Amino acid sequence: MSTQANGNVGIVIVSHSPDVAKGTAEMVRQMVGEEVPLAFCGGNPDGGLGTSVEAILAAIDRAWSEAGVAILVDLGGAETNSEMAIEMQPEARAGRIVVCNAPIVEGAVIAATEASGGASLEAVRRTAEELSPA
Amino acid sequence: MAEPGSSNGASAGSVLLTHAVGLHARPSVKLTKLAKTFGASIELGTGPEGPWIDAKSIVKVMAAKAPQGTTLHFRAVGPDAGEAVAALVDLVERDFDEAAAHAGNG
Repeated sequence: MSTQANGNVGIVIVSHSPDVAKGTAEMVRQMVGEEVPLAFCGGNPDGGLGTSVEAILAAIDRAWSEAGVAILVDLGGAETNSEMAIEMQPEARAGRIVVCNAPIVEGAVIAATEASGGASLEAVRRTAEELSPA
Repeated sequence: MAEPGSSNGASAGSVLLTHAVGLHARPSVKLTKLAKTFGASIELGTGPEGPWIDAKSIVKVMAAKAPQGTTLHFRAVGPDAGEAVAALVDLVERDFDEAAAHAGNG
């Protein structure tokens, strides 16, 4: 699920469940629109619940924007595998991919709303994280 | 319902929120996205005396939880303040284009 190239921050959704990832992406598309690059992944290669570094790497590529990419995750492994995928990125992308500490569904919609107005990666992350109880 | 008034880079207006579920997620997203297209700083109040919140902040607009029947007040400052207030009032009057929401028209 990739989009036209543009200058807006991209959003990547990483869930243990392929259905949650897909449904979250649908909410972003229906509520926010088409202005942000968006990709999602979920499930392990055997079709069960889980996350995989390879799938996350591919999702980052699909949603890549020169403005950067914000990743929304659900539970433990989604975050650690996303961090591993960030570490494996080429040097040219260093510092331009972040994992947001926000609930996956609400955070994805909020982050995409902020990104659709051309906000910086840091502003997108900060807005998504405003949601979280401190 | 709209009462836009404009003078020299500052503008204000108000509109009755008729949307059945109030200013919930989808209307909040639309309002915020529209507000962000203007250079003016724009504030939204749920009463004539506020409290005022940044109309470009999706988190704050959603958190306002304005119910149906609320009169929304907008005030803006900047070169395009008049257009901004008029456009936002119009969006609320159109009920956020909810009927056309699934046509990707928002």
